[in-house]
Amino acid sequence: METVIKANKLTKRFGDFVAVDEITFDVYKGEIFGFLGANGAGKTTAMRMLCGLSTPTSGEATVAGFDVFTQPEEIKKNIGYMSQKFSLYEDLSVLENIEFYGGIYGLSRSEIREKNKELISKLGLEKEANNLVRSLPLGWKQKLSFLVAIVHQPKIVFLDEPTGGVDPYMRREFWDLIYDAADKGITIFVTTHYLDEAEYCNRVTIMVDGKIEALDSPGGLRQKFGVASMDEVFYKLARQAKRSAD
Amino acid sequence: MRPLWFLLQKEFRQIFRDKGFIGRLFIAPAIQLILLPMAANFTIKNINIAIVDHDHSTVSQELADKIKSSGYFKLTGYTDFNSKADKLIENDKADIVLEIPDGFAQDLIKEGSKKVAIEVNAINGVKASVGFGYLSGIMTDYNNQIRMEMVEPTPLPAQPDIEVVPSFWYNPTLTYYIFMVPAILVSLVTGIAGLSAAFNIVKEKEIGTIEQINVTPIKKWQFILGKLLPFVVMGAVVFSFGLLIAFVGYGIAPIGNLITMYTFLLVFLFAILGFGLLISTYTETQQQANSLMFLFMMVFNMMSGLYTPIDSMPQWAKIITHLFPVSYFIDVMRMVVIKGSGFADIRFHILYVFIIGLVLNTWAILNYRKTT
Repeated sequence: METVIKANKLTKRFGDFVAVDEITFDVYKGEIFGFLGANGAGKTTAMRMLCGLSTPTSGEATVAGFDVFTQPEEIKKNIGYMSQKFSLYEDLSVLENIEFYGGIYGLSRSEIREKNKELISKLGLEKEANNLVRSLPLGWKQKLSFLVAIVHQPKIVFLDEPTGGVDPYMRREFWDLIYDAADKGITIFVTTHYLDEAEYCNRVTIMVDGKIEALDSPGGLRQKFGVASMDEVFYKLARQAKRSAD
Repeated sequence: MRPLWFLLQKEFRQIFRDKGFIGRLFIAPAIQLILLPMAANFTIKNINIAIVDHDHSTVSQELADKIKSSGYFKLTGYTDFNSKADKLIENDKADIVLEIPDGFAQDLIKEGSKKVAIEVNAINGVKASVGFGYLSGIMTDYNNQIRMEMVEPTPLPAQPDIEVVPSFWYNPTLTYYIFMVPAILVSLVTGIAGLSAAFNIVKEKEIGTIEQINVTPIKKWQFILGKLLPFVVMGAVVFSFGLLIAFVGYGIAPIGNLITMYTFLLVFLFAILGFGLLISTYTETQQQANSLMFLFMMVFNMMSGLYTPIDSMPQWAKIITHLFPVSYFIDVMRMVVIKGSGFADIRFHILYVFIIGLVLNTWAILNYRKTT
């Protein structure tokens, strides 16, 4: 299997605080890789390092074959990222957002026109295409954010708690979009603390206090911990946490 | 290049969608250019004067009338008690007290001289010294007048008279707003362009979209250029609108060349937008940016020669003013608008502001990081 993300003892310190503590893992092409952990476990920091937004303190990592220390801008050409904060422009319309992000990823005007049509029909937003994003319900915004994050067909997309605050029905629809993207060969790296969503992933890591405490398929993890659900796996591990949540 | 066009398109869309911003773009210059020049007027009128008249003679009456009719003074008290006049100063009812002693008229005639006392409330130093100057002038004038009337005419004047005939260059009528309006316009352009550019970038930090931009392969220079160019346009729009107000409202038509002015404007915007950019790289929220900008705008306004001449500042302060692009622009505006200076006259201004701009922009670009 082709490895698209390789992390080896990747570490980030902020002063005395070790946010991410020597994490080591591989992510394979086309898989949905889940990153679980309590608030403050270091998920977002780990992800930001892999996206080239934050330089690691030590360790090594490559993303899409590029080094996170020396080639962050090369990495950025090959990935999509959807941050925890909502990151579309509320004062631009749906189409204008797609156009803008497509444009700064280097798509041509005609490619953008095609993308516009494709995304709008995928979302069923024909009527709202020219409305300001501000007026959309949260679930729709998140789905749009995701599609905008992969507008340039990246090799990998990083999703940081993409379904926070979204209702179960919308979350289901969101995951349909994720599967759809994974089918097209986009590797999905997703953090979440919805444990039902962990079941949707091919493999799951559980982070506790900046360290990776478990890494396996959801089934493998249940077996290893001798429990019936991911919930129980999570509680068993999260209970060990010493760091207080943020 | 393509990402830059998309960024510019997005910025202009957002700017035109922000009705408040467009409003500020035109309302702020209108208000400031119409109101401020009136307030920033150093011609002092309505100086409150109280006269303590111990003499009660026609001569003292005449002197009082002369003061009243000068147009600069307002008589707020006419009494024969010193204590009453002192009270007026204490209560801020009088800025100046003129005390005419008993026997003023008689002694003047008999002895040919008499002293009067002037007390000045010097809390407002400018008003005090200007008021005292006016009053002294009136007294001298009156002095000459009574000399003419009372003293026997002599074939030759006892003292040689030197009469000074002033000729004021460039602003012969000493009109204050010709001096103030171009400078206030500079302060406006600084505020609107520099401040908005800083706010615009910090706003993206606040709402989190900057992270989404930083994770794209967009080049740093493209992002920065895309952010600053719209404010070059906005700066030029405000400046042009301000010139129009100056012309319509005050009849100020620049004597110098418009091309000279706009060339300098571009260099200035390069520097001041670099400054805004720099502020934005050091702040995380609009509030932080605002308080930092407020501090600098205050210093710019007070130290750049807008209200008080740089020449009368101490040496260390002069050196500081040379670091502000604003001081150069105010100087250039006054030179071009009032004196008609051309490129050759302002070439060093252009050079210095360009260097300042280069430093500010380089600093800001180095300090702006897509990866932290």
